[in-house]
Amino acid sequence: MRFSFILSETWNGLRRNMSMVVSVILVTFVSLLFVGAAALLQMQISGMKDYWYDRVQVAIFLCPPDSEAPTCATGEATAEQKQQIETALEGADLSPYVEDVIFEDKAMAYKLFQEQFEGTSLEGSIPEDQMQESYRVKLADAEQYEIINEYFSATPGVEEVVDQNQLLDRLFSVMNVMTAIAIGIAGIMLLCAVLLIATTIRLSAFSRRRETGIMRLVGASNMFIQLPFVLEGVIAAAIGSLMAALGLAVIVHFGVAGWLQSQLASFDLVSVADVALIAPFLVLVGVLMAGLSSLVTLRRYMKV
Amino acid sequence: MITFESVTKVYDSKAQPALNDISFTAEAGEFVFLVGASGSGKSTVIRLVLREEVPTAGRIRVAGKSVVKMPSWRVPYLRRNIGTVFQDFRLLPNKTVFDNVAFTLHVIGKTRAAISTLVPDVLETVGLEGKHKRYPHELSGGEQQRVAIARAVVNKPAILLADEPTGNLDPITGDEIMEVLQRINRAGTTVLMATHDGDIVNRMNRRVIELSNGRIVRDDEHGSYGVSA
Repeated sequence: MRFSFILSETWNGLRRNMSMVVSVILVTFVSLLFVGAAALLQMQISGMKDYWYDRVQVAIFLCPPDSEAPTCATGEATAEQKQQIETALEGADLSPYVEDVIFEDKAMAYKLFQEQFEGTSLEGSIPEDQMQESYRVKLADAEQYEIINEYFSATPGVEEVVDQNQLLDRLFSVMNVMTAIAIGIAGIMLLCAVLLIATTIRLSAFSRRRETGIMRLVGASNMFIQLPFVLEGVIAAAIGSLMAALGLAVIVHFGVAGWLQSQLASFDLVSVADVALIAPFLVLVGVLMAGLSSLVTLRRYMKV
Repeated sequence: MITFESVTKVYDSKAQPALNDISFTAEAGEFVFLVGASGSGKSTVIRLVLREEVPTAGRIRVAGKSVVKMPSWRVPYLRRNIGTVFQDFRLLPNKTVFDNVAFTLHVIGKTRAAISTLVPDVLETVGLEGKHKRYPHELSGGEQQRVAIARAVVNKPAILLADEPTGNLDPITGDEIMEVLQRINRAGTTVLMATHDGDIVNRMNRRVIELSNGRIVRDDEHGSYGVSA
């Protein structure tokens, strides 16, 4: 009874303020689209970190026969030099940082090379005996690359130490900048949304001051008077946030899963399932933002 | 039913208080006129009873409750026990007579069944039988004020406040409205009516409290409009 009365009041308010309600929906939509984009970028980063930090290692490339690196003055790395490197890696200084070491000999390197370039013109372009030997070191903490680098970069028989994470780190820093930009835009848009909702509620309260005045006079409780206005903002914001979730799903489905995945086949990219994961969070943010800003507005502009 | 004890009300902007140390008591079932020039403080009294304002000093009791110390969440319950009528009717233009009156009952959470019996009853009391489907703009001023009165008393409040209820009406229509108010008063409702209308006050021969510059200058048991201002 009372509930249906409140709902009909809410509906009247939404209808009368249509243009403002539409703008609240759109601003909420855009702001939460950026919030969601930032969240997806971070999910992508952490997903890639989990995936790649498990696999990517520090590679200690040993001197090939004709290297010009100063540490390779003695020519191809000798069995003795290899023994030294192995001992160092297992020694007390480094073993806390090292989780696993694999020696990649020429046969293994050749096999991996052939697999990687299977079907391309590079397949078979380098003979097996020209492959470079390396130690593949898996670190306990992937961020501790520098320790290995410092230790081995001057060791005889080592041509180069390569942190394969660095390639990823560059990608991650680009994605982090994108996240920061998305959060910045989202913040500004959310502020717009809060102000717009406040204005809309004020306008709505003003256009219905006759009703609310009478309601006050005949003893309607504050909550009863204010609920239709709060619901107005909350419904508009909820529609906007659902649209944002839907928009993200469409972008991810066609843009990421459809296009980007075909360009970056080996990457594990965010999916529509990830959007579904953040969608309730987006709606919650939208609804809370609208509810709080309309309550604060009403407290300021509608006296008991 | 309504008690003012040494009530003073100062609005921030004005140097002179709107009400200056006034005291009076309106007993249950009484009919009290509040007279005085514009700006004498009549409307402030009405607003204080409704707790639209809080007095600067003094105590006010309405229907057995201290209005000053009342927490704001209790104010709506106070107002459910007070009916209010204004000079400008304050009806909702897009609602019918029936819906205007029913609005009060919706707002305080009465059931549909209760509304469908209470509203026709009160429309009969104020003399609007058969007009429940009309809209305010289809009614005369007197009829609109009857709707407003019906809305004010449909919840059977103990107190009816009337702020210049005949101010917008011609004398004959005004008399008809006074008829309605008297009928409601006879049923036991305390009526406090602020007015400028000397003829009406003189004819009714009821208690008159006269305000001038925020002070009570006269409180007669069976008063006339007077000329003490």
